[in-house]
Amino acid sequence: MIENKNRKSAWIAFVIVLLFLALVIVLDQIIKPTDKMYMLLTVLQKGSVYALAAVSMNLLNGYTGLFSLGHAGFMLIGAYTYAIFTIPSTARDTVYQYYDAAIRISFPEIFSGALGGFGTVLGVALAVILAGLMAALLAYLIGLPVLRLKSDYLAIATLGFAEIIRAVFQWSKLGPVTNGSNLLKSFARTSTFKLNLGGSTVSLSTFVPVLIATISITVIVLIVNSTYGRAFKAIRDDEVAAEAMGINLAKHKMISFVTSSFFAGVAGATMAMVLSIAQANNFKSAMTYEILLMVVLGGIGSISGSVIGAMLFISASEWWLRGLDSGSFLGINAPGVFRNGFRLVVFSVAIMIVVLFFRKGIMGEKELPDLFRKRKKAPVKEAAE
Amino acid sequence: MKKVLALALALIMVFALCACGSSSSSAPAASSSTASSSGDANPVVKIGVFEPQSGDNGAGGKQEVLGMQYANVLTPTVEIGGQVYDVELVYADNASSNDKAPTAAQTLISSGVSLVLGSYGSGVSIAAGDTFASAGVPAIGVTCTNPQVTSDCDVYFRICFLDPFQGTVLANFAKNELGATKAYCLAKQGDDYSGGLCNYFIEAFGADNCVYEQFPEGTSDYSTYITNAQNQECDVFFSPVSTEAAAQIIAKADTQALGMPILAGDTWDSNVILNAAKGTDVNICVTTFYQEGADAEFDAGIKEWINGDATALANNGGNDELAAVTVMGFDAYYVALEALKAAGSTDPADVLAVLPSVTYNGVTGAIAFDDIGDALRDSAFVKECNTETGVWDFVTVATVG
Amino acid sequence: MSLVRTVLPYIISGISVGGQYALIAIGYTMVYGILRLINFAHGDVFMVAGLMMVYLTASLPLYISIPLMIILTVLIGFTIERVAYKPLRTAPRMSVMISAIGVSYLLQNLALYITGGLNKNYPAIPWISDRITVLGMETTRVTVITPFLTILLVVALVFLINHTKIGMAMRAVSVDFETSQLMGIKINNVISATFIIGTFLAAVGSVLYFTNYPGVVPTSGAMPGLKAFVAAVFGGIGSIPGAVIGAFIIGICESIIKGLDTILIVNGAITEQIGLATFSDAFTFILLIVILVFKPTGLFGEKTTDKV
Repeated sequence: MIENKNRKSAWIAFVIVLLFLALVIVLDQIIKPTDKMYMLLTVLQKGSVYALAAVSMNLLNGYTGLFSLGHAGFMLIGAYTYAIFTIPSTARDTVYQYYDAAIRISFPEIFSGALGGFGTVLGVALAVILAGLMAALLAYLIGLPVLRLKSDYLAIATLGFAEIIRAVFQWSKLGPVTNGSNLLKSFARTSTFKLNLGGSTVSLSTFVPVLIATISITVIVLIVNSTYGRAFKAIRDDEVAAEAMGINLAKHKMISFVTSSFFAGVAGATMAMVLSIAQANNFKSAMTYEILLMVVLGGIGSISGSVIGAMLFISASEWWLRGLDSGSFLGINAPGVFRNGFRLVVFSVAIMIVVLFFRKGIMGEKELPDLFRKRKKAPVKEAAE
Repeated sequence: MKKVLALALALIMVFALCACGSSSSSAPAASSSTASSSGDANPVVKIGVFEPQSGDNGAGGKQEVLGMQYANVLTPTVEIGGQVYDVELVYADNASSNDKAPTAAQTLISSGVSLVLGSYGSGVSIAAGDTFASAGVPAIGVTCTNPQVTSDCDVYFRICFLDPFQGTVLANFAKNELGATKAYCLAKQGDDYSGGLCNYFIEAFGADNCVYEQFPEGTSDYSTYITNAQNQECDVFFSPVSTEAAAQIIAKADTQALGMPILAGDTWDSNVILNAAKGTDVNICVTTFYQEGADAEFDAGIKEWINGDATALANNGGNDELAAVTVMGFDAYYVALEALKAAGSTDPADVLAVLPSVTYNGVTGAIAFDDIGDALRDSAFVKECNTETGVWDFVTVATVG
Repeated sequence: MSLVRTVLPYIISGISVGGQYALIAIGYTMVYGILRLINFAHGDVFMVAGLMMVYLTASLPLYISIPLMIILTVLIGFTIERVAYKPLRTAPRMSVMISAIGVSYLLQNLALYITGGLNKNYPAIPWISDRITVLGMETTRVTVITPFLTILLVVALVFLINHTKIGMAMRAVSVDFETSQLMGIKINNVISATFIIGTFLAAVGSVLYFTNYPGVVPTSGAMPGLKAFVAAVFGGIGSIPGAVIGAFIIGICESIIKGLDTILIVNGAITEQIGLATFSDAFTFILLIVILVFKPTGLFGEKTTDKV
């Protein structure tokens, strides 16, 4: 009976996701970059990147109770891996303008040579997966010494590792690989993702990041609902009890850390795709803090909460509250008050209120389907997504 | 009750801090401004201003915008295809940050601009190039001197000289005029402007005779770099970094008795440097686009405007000393108008089509584009800071033969 | 040039910056000792102190603005504790840390709004920013004063902790939070006192630091804050002498690493720049991880030193 119900809700979720993806493709075609509504697509692109980053952080911080602040570092590795392996050979020398590029492999090129348009897609997909794997590999190495540490020491140690990673990627001696501290560009990015269907081009610039985020988040949901997920939660709730129940702490913590970092790497790759540039300097600890605040906003321990939190965060900061920075907001004209930076002040005050008075965030530990089950009222947030 | 109290306290804290800062300068008053009265209801053509208003290059970006604003005050309308249009400047702050640049560019594109001016700082222009290209909106770089701005982007043009040229001029100046044999080069990590310029300087000066170091973002301690230059017995200190860092480098050079001239590129032609250097015994030389006094009428006009507008005066750093970037901004505005006139339409695609053939005779000299979209410029002014009076003294006009 | 002559300037500037880190580190170590909280906002309070000084000196003379700045900073530190940490006293430690990150985010954004994101120049304070010659090298007076002032303040603080009533209460609370509460110690007063002392020292530190490095931006406090925290961990968190020694070590190492290329080249060890200066910030964290892995209690193990 219960299984039937679960299966049914899984199907419903699946159909909703498909409809959503279809909607994104349609929006991609009808909204042009010069339209005012293009902000919607920008928000969807950036939002899905941050949603994935937030969900992967939640897997670690919310589900396993490991307070890690190294997310920006893993995203950096993902972004660089993706960028380095998708720069076309013709652009490589101009990108590495001060160095002699060491890695001269471009996945999309290799595969498009043999397989055409499909090969490009395959190449990009491979680069994204490799980005995740590199981040996961490094997470494994970092995890060996660090995961033994307790809560806040773990936080500061992972934060430290993220800073070390950033410094290493900026080191001029690694220039042939990382282009030193200079930015990487011209790689496969969302604005170049187009399909040729019988003469008419279909733009996929929003669809691709949304798709990557959707697939990744689905995988995370499956993990959370598996025996591993239950073990993670047991560790979070009581380490000693979990160990007594036969859960291998070190192993499960490592699995959680590596998985989370894998998806952080994927999120980093997607971010590079969306921003069309990658530069180590942008992956500062401030980025980790922002992602953490998204998780808190949505509710620690809720995946749909993290998605909503990230989408809200991005649409508020990129779109809805823009007016606060530029003179007029909701028809109020006050250039003296509404000037550069006011948006972020309002925003951070709002976040502090959530942190202090609504500690559970928007969703608490509930998921979207839970809301359907109890009340028949559809949440408005789905539409915003 | 406690919650209300806590909330009230938080609010008080916010307002207390706001009150502290209420006297500080503000960004260009509004996001958009039309200069002329809209009584006759002309249609509006929008020009995007893609400039940093905050961050490392915020001060420089504001000065560059000043030139455009002044030009907009002088010439608020343009005739396009027989119809008079009001020109509206639409601003977007790229925050001197490469990751914020694409979004800032996108807001300009979405607000329907016909073309874009900017930016101060090459990195943000390179980062946003792709966004402009995919929307087909042309951009005119004002003072972004890194070659990559235009070389990799079909829609980017620029009206200033390039770093390979500027770097060579500076290297020649260091060798021939200053008699330097060993140079210390300091750039900011990940900054395309200072990194690029140092690179071309080193190429021209000879890599074996240069010490090249980069400081990370957020550096506050420049004294170590001064010590490094002294310890390695260099003859010239080349640091074409942002004006924020420059002010501190100058202060440290003074207290640590650097003992060698400081050389820098166009960003240092700013009253921030003059203020920092006044009263010290530091020798500073820069290359730049414009020498104050070259066009007396223009100088007088813009100074009068700056002094008459409190916001403009604050954005210029509190006095009316002209920065070359302001003058470049002024010229860029007229190049944009020329492009609009030639296109005969406000459609970005039409503007893009005619831009390569646009020419204009500006305050900083004749402007025309080559086939990559770069300005044809072959001379730079060299100026030296007079630390007693706090103004720039003209040294020479440099060309590369 | 002899090795000593080459290295000396780096060591002197390292000692100076180390002293400034030490003043911030004490705030971290005391708060951690009592609340087990990494007060991420502490570095930003330090930055706000610098910023307030910029605005206060614009309209007030120095002899008013310096004390006023210190009082306001202490007030901010006190308010942050009351508003952002006190309501969460019973909440999980993660919530408090998130709140601290939230406060840090808020302070940075406020600073961004107020300054318009532009660099603010710290006012030159006469006498301490004068140029002097020490051991044949040119520097400012503040460089020389900092370590002495730091040690003076630390001695005073250790006296306060060991010989006054409030100090005794602090020690009690740091040993056992709940028992000391049961013994009649007014825990909130003790915590407030800790925050007041911590922010006072950070305010003094900000005067020294920004006189030395006179640019204040919204992120000015983040890195010094993190380094000071690492110093506190390095020295054994909770231990004040430990934090001070840790801060000096980090300051000196950092300064030497920035000049390491030059030192090596001048002494003939290498022939060209290898860009080690890139790691000047990262080195602090390498040190942190090494100490956490091999000696998690820090240089001065918790039990042997007086903890606050």
